[in-house]
Amino acid sequence: MKLTNRQRENLYGYLFIGIWIIGFLWLTLYPLIMSFVYSLNKVTITASEGIILTNIGFKNYIDIFSTDFNFVNALTTFIGEIFLFVPIIIIMAIIIALILNQKIKFRGIFRSIFFLPVIISSGPMINELVKQGAGTVPFFENPEVTDALSQLPKIIADPILSLFSQMIIVLWFSGVQIVLFLSALQKVDGEIYEAASIDGASPWEMFWKITLPTLKPTVLVSSIYSIVFLATFSSNAVIGHIQSNMFEITKGYGYSSALAWIYFIVISILLAIAFVLFKQRKERKVR
Amino acid sequence: MKSLKLKLKKNIKPLKLKLRRILFGMKFTDGLVFKVFIYGLLIILAFVYLYPLLHMLSYSFQSVEDLLNPMVNQVPTKLYFKNYQDAFFVLNCFETMTTSLTVTLIPALIQTVIASLVGYGFARFEFKGKRVWMLLVVATYIIPPQVTMIPRYVLFHKLGFLENALSIIVPATFGQGLNSAIFILIFYHFFKQIPKALDEAAQIDGANPLYIYFRVSVPLSIPSFVTSFLFSFVWYWNETYISSLFMGSKNPTLQMMLQNFVSAYKAAMGGTGEMAVANEAVRMAATLLIMLPMLIIYFILQRWFIEGIDKAGITGE
Repeated sequence: MKLTNRQRENLYGYLFIGIWIIGFLWLTLYPLIMSFVYSLNKVTITASEGIILTNIGFKNYIDIFSTDFNFVNALTTFIGEIFLFVPIIIIMAIIIALILNQKIKFRGIFRSIFFLPVIISSGPMINELVKQGAGTVPFFENPEVTDALSQLPKIIADPILSLFSQMIIVLWFSGVQIVLFLSALQKVDGEIYEAASIDGASPWEMFWKITLPTLKPTVLVSSIYSIVFLATFSSNAVIGHIQSNMFEITKGYGYSSALAWIYFIVISILLAIAFVLFKQRKERKVR
Repeated sequence: MKSLKLKLKKNIKPLKLKLRRILFGMKFTDGLVFKVFIYGLLIILAFVYLYPLLHMLSYSFQSVEDLLNPMVNQVPTKLYFKNYQDAFFVLNCFETMTTSLTVTLIPALIQTVIASLVGYGFARFEFKGKRVWMLLVVATYIIPPQVTMIPRYVLFHKLGFLENALSIIVPATFGQGLNSAIFILIFYHFFKQIPKALDEAAQIDGANPLYIYFRVSVPLSIPSFVTSFLFSFVWYWNETYISSLFMGSKNPTLQMMLQNFVSAYKAAMGGTGEMAVANEAVRMAATLLIMLPMLIIYFILQRWFIEGIDKAGITGE
């Protein structure tokens, strides 16, 4: 049998990605649907009949917002942390990338130091460090500073306190982003800077008018990466809460599925905000 | 008198200019002030980045006397290796290491191979619905694992994968492992860059796509394989959330042992009182022990990590 070119492309295309499609349907789409179904049910597990679902509508969701203050607290702190940490991560990554992009000696060594945390940070390890107070600069642990902060409303104070208790750890999360920015900087054509300096632009102006705009797509990628990373990092209080509710007799799978869905929606909104903020305006490509 | 003053003035002006030139350079960024500022900032930042590690290292060598002695702050009086011995014993290193490696090495290897196949499919063939599937690949990156983990847990329970390395390996095999989407995109970008003419030449010679993939594309993409494997390996090593749920407490990985180190220490050391409490020094030693394999790999292969991201080209395009 002779295949037309188009049929051939279809056949081989699906042959290569087939295993992923099966996996997606089986291990992502189906669980996604099921977890939504669970979230609308009371899930009881019996030895004889397996899983029994009792439809209770949106009761799980209502219960979460009316009784589960721990979760709501953890979630608002998480949202605050995202708004505080992600800009810090991005700005630090840009600063470090800009420095590393200069002609400096031992550049490779410095680059390796800044990237090192990516290799070693795991939830338990970071927990140990924070417990020891080694995750921050001693200045921020000052009782006067923390006292002054506790005057602020809780929603604002909590993320800031959490930042102060793990200042270095937050910086640690910028390893991948530094490399992304660095490679974006290296792709900028040096001639643009030359032309600008002939026109009398200062380094300051060049940074704001040339460098920063070219970094914009990287800012988007980095902020999405940072948000997803922070959201799924295993020392995160929200996901800890979701897991611990799974095996609580009164709450169980249904309740924690509802928690997970709320979390999913919150993350999606945060990602959408990042997307709207840093999306490149569509420009006509002129060739 | 007047002429002397004038002469001096004449001499001072170029000197001033020269000094300015040295301090601020021709366009500021090549001057001495800027250099000092840059290196100062770099060294401070590097120290801040390394501070937690230095802290850990110094604590891990402190004996109980050093810990209690208020005079000993950062530098231990002598190197006390028993912390490491204890930590090694409590972590049950040989056994846990085997579990850790099985749920790290195997999924990382499989994930890399599968990601390259899928990435190749997306990069090389124009099939129907390609854009939709690509979008769904990105979506799997954004969907938090918390949403899918409960039904997966139920599913794996039925299939008997729980408390078994299969619960980590199977998702990796189907491209739904840890950060699989990133690796698929890395390979997609890489294979896009290889000129299609190469394929076409082989095609005319009668080779089928699988043959072309193995014989032409894979040999060209060895660097991508290395980088993907390394990242996959590191991420699986450091992952605890999913593995602690699926693997359960019966087969702990090293990271999970660290998570419950205090109780593990009590159980392993037995007895009561002071000796049964894991002090900071032992905990730091345990943390360092767990990081050690990654540190060694990083120091040997660091170029693959950093340049890999560079070359992967996921910088926004």
